[in-house]
Amino acid sequence: MEMPHPNKEVLENKARIVRRLQSVLSDGAVISDAVETRAYECDALTAYKCPPMAAVLPTSTQEVADVLRICHEENVPVVPRGSGTSLAGGALPTEDCVILGVARMNAVLDTDYENRTITVQSGRTNLSVTGAVEEDGFFYAPDPSSQLACAIAGNVAMNSGGAHCLKYGVTTNNLMGVVMVQMDGTVIELGGEYLDAPGLDLLGVICGSEGQLGVVTEATLRILHKPEGARPVLIGYDSNEVAGACVSDIIRAGVLPVAIEFMDRPCIRACEAFAGAGYPDCEALLIVEVEGSDAEIDAQLALIIEIARKHNPIEVREARDADEAGRIWLGRKSAFGAMGQINDYMCLDGTIPVSSLPYVLRRIEELSADYGLAVANVFHAGDGNMHPLILFDANKPGGLELCEALGADILKLCVEVGGCLTGEHGVGVEKRDLMLVQYTADDLEAQMSIKDVFDSKWLMNPAKVFPLSETEARRTGATLGH
Amino acid sequence: MVAPTNEAELADVIAASKQAFSIKGGGTRTLGTTMGIPMETQALTGVELYDPGALTVVAKAGTSLDDLHSILAADHQRLAFEPPDLRALLGRDGLSTIGGVVAANASGPRRIQGGACRDYLLGVRFVDGTGRIVKNGGRVMKNVTGYDLVKLMAGSHGTLGVLSEVSLKVLPIPEQVGVLLIEGLRPDQAVSAMSMALGSPFDVTGAAHTTKGLDGDPVTMIRLEGFENSVRYRAEALRDKLIEFGDIHIETDAVKTAAGWAWVRDAAMHVGLPGDVWRISVAPKDGPVVAALLPDTEIQFDWGGGLLWARVPDGFDVRAALTGLKGHATRIKGAGTPQDPSVFAPESAPVAALTAGIRKQFDPKGLLNPGLMGAAPSRKEQ
Repeated sequence: MEMPHPNKEVLENKARIVRRLQSVLSDGAVISDAVETRAYECDALTAYKCPPMAAVLPTSTQEVADVLRICHEENVPVVPRGSGTSLAGGALPTEDCVILGVARMNAVLDTDYENRTITVQSGRTNLSVTGAVEEDGFFYAPDPSSQLACAIAGNVAMNSGGAHCLKYGVTTNNLMGVVMVQMDGTVIELGGEYLDAPGLDLLGVICGSEGQLGVVTEATLRILHKPEGARPVLIGYDSNEVAGACVSDIIRAGVLPVAIEFMDRPCIRACEAFAGAGYPDCEALLIVEVEGSDAEIDAQLALIIEIARKHNPIEVREARDADEAGRIWLGRKSAFGAMGQINDYMCLDGTIPVSSLPYVLRRIEELSADYGLAVANVFHAGDGNMHPLILFDANKPGGLELCEALGADILKLCVEVGGCLTGEHGVGVEKRDLMLVQYTADDLEAQMSIKDVFDSKWLMNPAKVFPLSETEARRTGATLGH
Repeated sequence: MVAPTNEAELADVIAASKQAFSIKGGGTRTLGTTMGIPMETQALTGVELYDPGALTVVAKAGTSLDDLHSILAADHQRLAFEPPDLRALLGRDGLSTIGGVVAANASGPRRIQGGACRDYLLGVRFVDGTGRIVKNGGRVMKNVTGYDLVKLMAGSHGTLGVLSEVSLKVLPIPEQVGVLLIEGLRPDQAVSAMSMALGSPFDVTGAAHTTKGLDGDPVTMIRLEGFENSVRYRAEALRDKLIEFGDIHIETDAVKTAAGWAWVRDAAMHVGLPGDVWRISVAPKDGPVVAALLPDTEIQFDWGGGLLWARVPDGFDVRAALTGLKGHATRIKGAGTPQDPSVFAPESAPVAALTAGIRKQFDPKGLLNPGLMGAAPSRKEQ
């Protein structure tokens, strides 16, 4: 992975920069030892590693502002980090950067059931936001699979989704306000417990900006009352086409499931071997989950099954209780673990229009044969967010490169049918160089011009999202006259 | 007046112009006044793609809302964010366009549960102030590829670019609507009742209160939508939960419920009456506080108490009266005398600097609706 050359001047000034950072943070909050900084050398995209010059762990908005002001003055690139669970390399450091970790900022600042909001410091983990309100029957809806570990800061930066966003939306639909620090140390407050922005929707731009516009230190989130109950049905089909048609028919019928998950044969077999969930051996498997009271669930599942039966399923298995529901989800939830057991794998994240599903699956099969690499598909079918898992051997010379080339071809296919490169993981470094497949140079220029406004020196997470060739002039200060 | 018939023509017109434009779709909800050559988008029409199985529609910006509604309704689908029709309130005529709806982020009662226009907007194409054609987002529901300029364009009132095409998520029209009606509550009681309903597991899709309903008395309305049996079950469960607030009538007549929520959506209680109309967004529990700080007036509360439509005497400065409360207020209707408070809420200094910076990037010549939404980029700064 190509990364920018480190700024020599910054490396030469390391001692002074570290001293200045230490002067505004408490003892132990600045990590600059070569051994200790290795803990921050990568995120969940572990193929790429680079220890940062230093890492800092501030505990307040003021400390974040002090750190950023110093880095701004010293021209030090800053890579913000939530919990380091990014699959796209969003928190991958460069040799000359300071990692700004928000992990020590994890307090709940306010819980307001009357307004149905919670305000937290951004280092709090996704699951512990729900943890703070679940005794009172509430929950925070976006549920990325890393929710046990991932931080709200990273969720906001990447606009994270999850299995249940078909009904509840992704982070941006559940984020009501932030306190954010800009690269020069300016603190801004956007939104809050009220709805919609008074001026331009800057909150909407910040969410999903991959830590390139500022460091979010506090977030106000919408919380909802938990549904009375939820149960899935499992439906097996002999062909991907038919399963795809069934998904469309369910959506058109006016049922709004909370999740529609899809697994293809390679994935079903791997999960079955790993977890023994008792899945039928078939071409395509759907898991459709609905919510409500027992009677409401029964009625919705009956309608879904009626639609499913019109497409001649080879199996329909309705969960009648929590135990049966757990068994249906068991295989799906162990999909990634099952793949890891077999091989190294790379998880893609493109989105396609649901109607293109059969075509895309057929093309992936052909590409998989061309490259000689197996691909298993598991994805959120209701919203077209695919997660093809490419199996490869990382120890074989050229193995990773071959896998990445197949991945790029699959993502180009997603764009070709009217979809996009990434539905919920983000661009990071992983898909940076594919951006011109989806966008024109003008489209990217419009996006980059937003960063010019928030971070005119291009110091914040500068090597991500956009192809390096497109950002070089900005990163090196050639265009902006600084 | 210019009315480009396609995106390329729109780009050429803007690229070549040295004069500013006053941009509008159907002009049915335009706020404030702008100087410049009138530019209308009504010739950019047509539905480019409608995929009911993927809940997606893509339309040219000038497509009328009426046309879009009928195309979707034929497949039992709709725009779920309920764009208000402000023609009666503002004394306008003409046809609302989908581009205008997006530019204003116009969202109705369902915003409290399902989201605003910006939450359903999947993609945009627009021409910025230099004549550059830009696309962002796409036609799929989950998309985090690059920055989200889609949200930025929603509610930017034509100040960053002229929309040429929008892509939206649509939803099925539910089988049944049920509305719980409670009469005679004070605003604080009504907000408590609405908070209790919105904090229940029953998926409330509308919660509004007016100090003066059609028969002259205060009425609180709580809406449920879905399959018939499910609506009946939830309506009864919710009635039991809210029993402390008095007698609750459950209305399920399709015509009556639709008319009632259109009345709320369009702030119809203020139509044809003297005074300025303000739209105020605060935390729901602050709704009654706002009402108490305004002159003795009739108010509609939507969004569980967080959205207030207030009619006040001409020129009255609502923002000054609400100093210290978090939220924002927009003057929707006013006499328009120069000493009136501004239409759009002012921003804090650092946020205003960001807004001005973005505007300068997208519209360096200051051609697009100058004067709207705070200061236009100053020519001196260039």
